[in-house]
Amino acid sequence: MILKNAWRNIWRNKRRTLITASSVFFAVFFALLMRSVQLGTLYKMVDDTVDAYSGAVQVHAKGYWDEKTVNNSFLRDALMESKIFELVNVRAVVPRFESFALASSGPKTKGVMVIGIDPDVENAFSGIAKRVRLGDYLTDNEQAVLLGADLADYLGLQINDTVVLLGQGYQGVSAAGKYQIKGLVKFPNPKINKAMLFIPIGQAQMLYGAENRLTSLNIGLHNNLLSIHLSNKIKQNTNLEMYEIMPWEEMMVEFVQMIKTKNVSSTFMLALLYIIVGFGVLGTIIMMVSERMREFGILVAMGMKKRLLALIVIMETVLIGFLGLIAGAISSLPIIWYYAHNPIRIEGEMGQMYEEFGVEPVIKFMMEPTVFFNQTYVVLLIVLVSVIYPIAKIASINPVKAMRMN
Amino acid sequence: MEVIAINNVYKTYVESEIEVKAVRGVSLRFQQGEFAAIVGPSGSGKTTLLNLLGGLDTPTAGEITIGGTHIHQLKPSKLIDFRRDNIGFVFQSYNLIPVLTAKENIEFIMQLQKRAKKERDQRSLELLEAVGLADRVNARPAKLSGGQQQRVAVARALASKPKFILADEPTANLDSVSTEKLLDIMEKLNREENITFIFSTHDTRVMKKARRVITLEDGLVLSDVIK
Ligand SMILES: Nc1ncnc2c1ncn2[C@@H]1O[C@H](COP(=O)(O)OP(=O)(O)OP(=O)(O)O)[C@@H](O)[C@H]1O
Ligand SMILES: [Mg+2]
Repeated sequence: MILKNAWRNIWRNKRRTLITASSVFFAVFFALLMRSVQLGTLYKMVDDTVDAYSGAVQVHAKGYWDEKTVNNSFLRDALMESKIFELVNVRAVVPRFESFALASSGPKTKGVMVIGIDPDVENAFSGIAKRVRLGDYLTDNEQAVLLGADLADYLGLQINDTVVLLGQGYQGVSAAGKYQIKGLVKFPNPKINKAMLFIPIGQAQMLYGAENRLTSLNIGLHNNLLSIHLSNKIKQNTNLEMYEIMPWEEMMVEFVQMIKTKNVSSTFMLALLYIIVGFGVLGTIIMMVSERMREFGILVAMGMKKRLLALIVIMETVLIGFLGLIAGAISSLPIIWYYAHNPIRIEGEMGQMYEEFGVEPVIKFMMEPTVFFNQTYVVLLIVLVSVIYPIAKIASINPVKAMRMN
Repeated sequence: MEVIAINNVYKTYVESEIEVKAVRGVSLRFQQGEFAAIVGPSGSGKTTLLNLLGGLDTPTAGEITIGGTHIHQLKPSKLIDFRRDNIGFVFQSYNLIPVLTAKENIEFIMQLQKRAKKERDQRSLELLEAVGLADRVNARPAKLSGGQQQRVAVARALASKPKFILADEPTANLDSVSTEKLLDIMEKLNREENITFIFSTHDTRVMKKARRVITLEDGLVLSDVIK
């Protein structure tokens, strides 16, 4: 009865209901698109970096993050690796030995990141083999390397050429080696293309005189948003005197800052938008109540409890609010869904700016339920606030006075 | 059987420091099955008296009992329930809920009383039949004439099986044909079902139909004539 009455009541003034519901609709529609594109693009950047390269959580020897030298490496521990692999949400545990070196082709020399990888494990983690544009992927422990495509261009090297690496090894030994270029890789992240070189981990350990040592264990997750939770879990079973465990949030500080800044600015904008919409809803409710005071008076006179009357008016407000909410959600969903699966590529200058930032120039929408729920809470809040006025009004109804009004 | 007793009731309104003595010491008794009109010039206190009687307003002094209950000693929410179960109201205008059909308007008050669907259906149709609107069951108020609306209002007032019906100038907005018809229906219900009607009016034709005429002036009972 409450629902039926409320439903019919809101259509007594069709135009007003439609205008109010549409204002909620536009706010929800706009907020959903804006939030999902913001978060989608930001988290796409995170996923790109995390899944293609860094892992969502890393284990280092204590002090490595602040001073990334081979001296801050640790002895490989198979038991620890298998224990981490057992944890929920972990999809890969990737050993790495990374350091700097000078890469030389003869005429040209450039500082590069040497990434020692286990070819099979690495490929299972990031699908790196698919990124080989020319030549072949690495196998086992061969004395060969993969070069970032831009780096090869710079050095004027091609596949099957030889590259010389020079650097400083573990505990001061000097590191030098000659490697055949087996393939060229191209990543979405331009930073990798310009400065990275991949080598079987055994070769890297040999080059740097660090037998069976790692600079990091990179842990791939099914859901990168749960990285902090997982890193805390690993910490519980780890000697923190020896190791440091870092989720991507701690490693990509500027990213987290960016996400926070965007959150604050968009929250502010959306708050403003919703305040305007909220006043619109409130205005409608106030108008509606003052028009119907006489009717309310008659209902109370006839024996309708004020509580029930208030419930009907609350239901009317909820209906108007949720009409807008649902319409907004339904009409934005296909757009969000489409662009979540078909990201928009940014061309031109703007795209270059992204690349310089070290990220793939892509706009992507995020289809996380939280984005939707947040709008629901806001609309609910608007409804709750707007409903205070009619409740107060109804509570103080005096049927005689209400009926004397015209 | 005595249904209503009004004992020396006063009502004084204070509006912007001016006192208006709308009712000044009225005592009246009504029996089951009465068909009584309250008449008097504008401002004489008819509406005020009916409102006091219906528990919509509180007397400044004196007391009103309905079937032995001191209605103004009831807690507000109990008083609302009491009105729902014991008193049927017909107001001058804007009586019906505009979004509900004629039948739903009648059912509505029974829903408040939590009556079963079957009973509600049956009774609302019976009542519409009784007020001669069996063919307008699903019409919304806007589609009914003023007279038809008032007849639905009478049917609705009866739906809760009240002890009596209070009607404040129920015919004020009706033409003479509709007035006649409404009164005939009220009279018939009164005669055949022994339902008590107390109504106020300005209309001399309405007064003529009443079996008891109470005349108010300046908040006092000037005369109380039983025909
Ligand atoms: N709520 C109120 N506040 C202040 N004064 C009121 C109120 N209700 C009625 N009055 C005053 O009380 C007096 C009696 O009013 P009431 O409405 O009872 O008269 P009435 O006989 O019904 O008149 P009418 O025939 O015009 O309907 C009038 O002077 C009126 O102005
Ligand atoms: Mg009056």
